[in-house]
Amino acid sequence: MRAQFVLSEIGVGLRRNLTMTFAVIVSVALSLALFGGSLLMSDQVSTMKGYWYDKVNVSIFLCNKSDAQSDVNCAKGAVTEDQKKQILADLHKMSIVEKVAYESQDQAYKHYKEQFGNSPLASSLTPDQMQESYRIKLKDPQKYQVIATAFNGRDGVQSVQDQKGILDNLFQLLNLMNRAALGVMALMLLVALLLIVNTVRVSAFSRRRETGIMRLVGASGFYIQAPFIMEAAVAGLIGGGLACVFLVVGRYFTIDHGMALSAKLTLINFVGWDAVLTKLPLILATSVLMPALAAFFALRKYLKV
Amino acid sequence: MIRFDNVSKVYPKQTRPALRDVSLEVEKGEFVFLVGSSGSGKSTFLRLVLREERCSHGQVHVLGKDLARLSNWKVPQMRRQLGTVFQDFRLLPNKTVAENVAFAQEVIGKSRGEIRKSVPQVLDLVGLGGKEDRMPGELSGGEQQRVAIARAFVNRPKLLIADEPTGNLDPQTSVGIMKLLDRINRTGTTVIMATHDQNIVDQMRKRVIELEKGRLVRDQARGVYGYQH
Repeated sequence: MRAQFVLSEIGVGLRRNLTMTFAVIVSVALSLALFGGSLLMSDQVSTMKGYWYDKVNVSIFLCNKSDAQSDVNCAKGAVTEDQKKQILADLHKMSIVEKVAYESQDQAYKHYKEQFGNSPLASSLTPDQMQESYRIKLKDPQKYQVIATAFNGRDGVQSVQDQKGILDNLFQLLNLMNRAALGVMALMLLVALLLIVNTVRVSAFSRRRETGIMRLVGASGFYIQAPFIMEAAVAGLIGGGLACVFLVVGRYFTIDHGMALSAKLTLINFVGWDAVLTKLPLILATSVLMPALAAFFALRKYLKV
Repeated sequence: MIRFDNVSKVYPKQTRPALRDVSLEVEKGEFVFLVGSSGSGKSTFLRLVLREERCSHGQVHVLGKDLARLSNWKVPQMRRQLGTVFQDFRLLPNKTVAENVAFAQEVIGKSRGEIRKSVPQVLDLVGLGGKEDRMPGELSGGEQQRVAIARAFVNRPKLLIADEPTGNLDPQTSVGIMKLLDRINRTGTTVIMATHDQNIVDQMRKRVIELEKGRLVRDQARGVYGYQH
């Protein structure tokens, strides 16, 4: 096959259908950018899980003096030294507990100030309003329930809290966003495929004279179809390239600069550039193969031998 | 070269067959006129030879091959040994004369050297030497048909199929085209030509096959167009 001949045919075809080609490029670019974005989002969720699950705590909050009046769990008064000792001893007996840390009222006050330093509520707070607590690291973070049943309702215990439960809400939100992105992607992908099929159809129709002659002089099916398939593949590749640019630029402006989330949300580990770069070959391959296949199947209908 | 054995063709959704029980043979090197009124089955006959259609009953052999048994991917190879000319020329308007002829070689993967050699040769043969770089729109109808013949002949087919090649041309120009087809026939190429042109058929005195409503009604060596026309 003469490469130059095929290449010039592709160029002519793409220019002839400029508006359609443009539509194909844009829809492929958007759908694959969303695809890459959602892949990165799942990466982000697993990175975050790794980070938090290491530090996850079950916290046993103990009653203080003011709880004794306001909280039913603390009706029997503030926690006593004996109760604290008993709780600590029981915790150490439990095999699922890896580490136990004690947070005093002063430490709690300090941590609170660090986190919410400027809020009006923080300025009116005093250390003896804070709760003492045991911060527990579990060998298996899923076993939160064991601690909860053992210590909930015990004298001197105000509540047992599962930080993982709070985080799960965040992950659920991220997953929801992810699914929404995938849904939009699927729609865009459908649009892209329909556009490709239509473009190929128009292209085949506008070149029916050429293809008719090619058939009559005995050009092989592959030779007749190749320009159309390559046309779709080239348009797809341009779209895929754009999608890659979107992803790289998108990460740059949300995380590093622009919105600069990595500077603002220091608690979160963001996905690295390596995660972005590994997605690019996948996106490019999809951007070539998908339109080529769509064109191939569209042609089976419109260009019979 | 071509053999039809009891060939019938019924198009889908049509009850009346386009060809009914046609049997005939065309030998290598023959010149055959295919005549008959519109709808008599001439085009269907040619489409069967080109394997653009498959017959419903019977057997079609072209160049020694049973077309019913020829798999789809081998059809292009078979068509490379056939040349086709139409009433409406079917040239590519945005290519020059030489490019139009070269197109038939490019798309079957002939080398550039081969194309450079054979295109001027065949253009000389059809009498268009010196007009290589003209566009089809600048040529007369007769010249355009010569380009189409050059394109059909450039791959040196064993069989040339012409579907009313003079249908759009005036009588004088038609004579020129017929002389050209005759010359091609004398090189050993079998020519089969569907036509409505009474004068040409009467003058040439070649074999005449007449179809009527899909039936073969006359097969006459050195025949004339017909009696009732």
